[in-house]
Amino acid sequence: MKITQEEVQKVAALARLDLTEKEVEQMTRQLDNILSYVAKLDKLDTSGVPVTTHTQNITNAFRADEVRESLARDKALANGPRHNEDAFIVPKIIT
Amino acid sequence: MELHNLTLQQAKDRLVAGDITATALTNAFLKRIDQVEASVKAFLSLHKNQALKAAAQADNRLQDGTGGALCGLPLSLKDVLCTSTMPTTCGSKILEGFTPPYDATVVEKLKDAGAVLLGKVAMDEFAMGSTSENCAYTVPENPWKKGYVAGGSSGGSAASVAAGECLASLGSDTGGSIRQPASLCGIVGMKPTYGRVSRYGLVAFASSLDQIGPLTRDVTDCALMMNVLSGFDPHDSTSIQRDVPDFSSSLTDGMQGMRIGIPREYFAEGLHPEVDSAVREGIAMLKDAGAEIVDISLPHTEYCVAVYYLIAPAEASSNLARFDGVRYGYRDTDADSLIDMYKQSRSQGFGDEVKRRILIGTYALSSGYYDAYYMKASQVRTLIKDDFSKAFNECDLVVSPVSPTPAWEIGTHSQDPLAMYLSDILTLSANLAGIPGISVPCGFSSNGLPIGMQMQATHFNEAALFRAAWNLEQQAGIKEKRPPL
Repeated sequence: MKITQEEVQKVAALARLDLTEKEVEQMTRQLDNILSYVAKLDKLDTSGVPVTTHTQNITNAFRADEVRESLARDKALANGPRHNEDAFIVPKIIT
Repeated sequence: MELHNLTLQQAKDRLVAGDITATALTNAFLKRIDQVEASVKAFLSLHKNQALKAAAQADNRLQDGTGGALCGLPLSLKDVLCTSTMPTTCGSKILEGFTPPYDATVVEKLKDAGAVLLGKVAMDEFAMGSTSENCAYTVPENPWKKGYVAGGSSGGSAASVAAGECLASLGSDTGGSIRQPASLCGIVGMKPTYGRVSRYGLVAFASSLDQIGPLTRDVTDCALMMNVLSGFDPHDSTSIQRDVPDFSSSLTDGMQGMRIGIPREYFAEGLHPEVDSAVREGIAMLKDAGAEIVDISLPHTEYCVAVYYLIAPAEASSNLARFDGVRYGYRDTDADSLIDMYKQSRSQGFGDEVKRRILIGTYALSSGYYDAYYMKASQVRTLIKDDFSKAFNECDLVVSPVSPTPAWEIGTHSQDPLAMYLSDILTLSANLAGIPGISVPCGFSSNGLPIGMQMQATHFNEAALFRAAWNLEQQAGIKEKRPPL
């Protein structure tokens, strides 16, 4: 086994997902399959090989630091499931 | 010819000549959608009034001579592109009812060019999938055969173009999501070089791999679309400041002097015999047209599925953290703590494949596993990229099939995600290496399903793709074929 049900539950908690018992069972089986497959990468000796995280050689994309118009507050708030005129409203954080 | 069977260029010529109006053309497509949409199931939202209003404006512009390159031409958009006047769901319940406050740069470019946007089309949820079956709302069908997949993740784009519901569409390609559905539906689809087209307003899946591109009836149309879409955008810091050639001018350059590389690893076990022979016949046509054929090797091909299915989910798990029920999208209103609200909103809003990839990605990035999975995959990505750099010393194009098989029946792989991932083997490398690729129809299977040829070129050499693709299209002689709808 590459991954256990307990590990799947731990990862789900990190990813802010709540899985049913049946989902945990199914995801564990499928993830185990996928992780067993990707283990083929271990066959390759990659010592000294640099990583590629991006395919273009852009280091920094600078622009002039000028004040520009930004999204109006009402437009930014409009899609919030709960909001008032100033802010998004969420369940109480500090109890 | 019926208006819905025209190519983009043909429709453009007739509009400019004054033979038809943009309003009449738009009405013809709306009528066509009425007639065939019940079996194609491509559209997630159709916007008749907006389309007719845009058509009326286009007619004015055509009359006073201020029309842009796509003036009056009806198009569809994959529902992963932000549109300020149409909902953008990404095929997910979590974004049901979401209308973005701005247009994606490509949408703005289409509007500036005068295009008529008909609506938004179906896709695998957050572009994760190879059949569009992971769409939360509808599963588009292949216009060539009832009950068969249109491919994915841009399945709605490919189906809507192939079915004559629009003249062209925009899709996004993270591991083949433009090229594969184009191949399965018998149309042309291009994934441009990473950085050629702005990603601003494309809802992110895997940011180092995603690229927007066109799906069209033929190669000429694809070049026309790329001329409009390409170019640096200050809103996307990964778009490249570089001159954009006129892609249309390279179509007729001929094949003389072009070296076509055939990677032996792409014609391996598991390739459908009819796909193999259709692509080989296509290669023979290019040779007859004057190209030189070269045997090449891309030795790390067997690792590309493993690399992709670590890197793409890793980036996705990070990108999709933004769907938390706070600023947009679905929220579970019963949850009484913030963490519980995040968990419940995400668990109810995301479908299985999205959850699966978030879990793989979070695992591959988590403490203790990062080096073994994400780092290792990013190193092998370098080897895959180097394979292509070496190959392009020996040839100008790498030619192969797009999908190992023609379209398959809906439901075939629904219980086996790994089997589905393996079908992407021929298209993933282009995204990992950042190079451009195109899918061009080259034949049909014995049961009438289209087969596409993939061509890949080195960074920013889309012109070579257009040149060869146009030549193949001329030789193959199947450009006029339309699905039996």
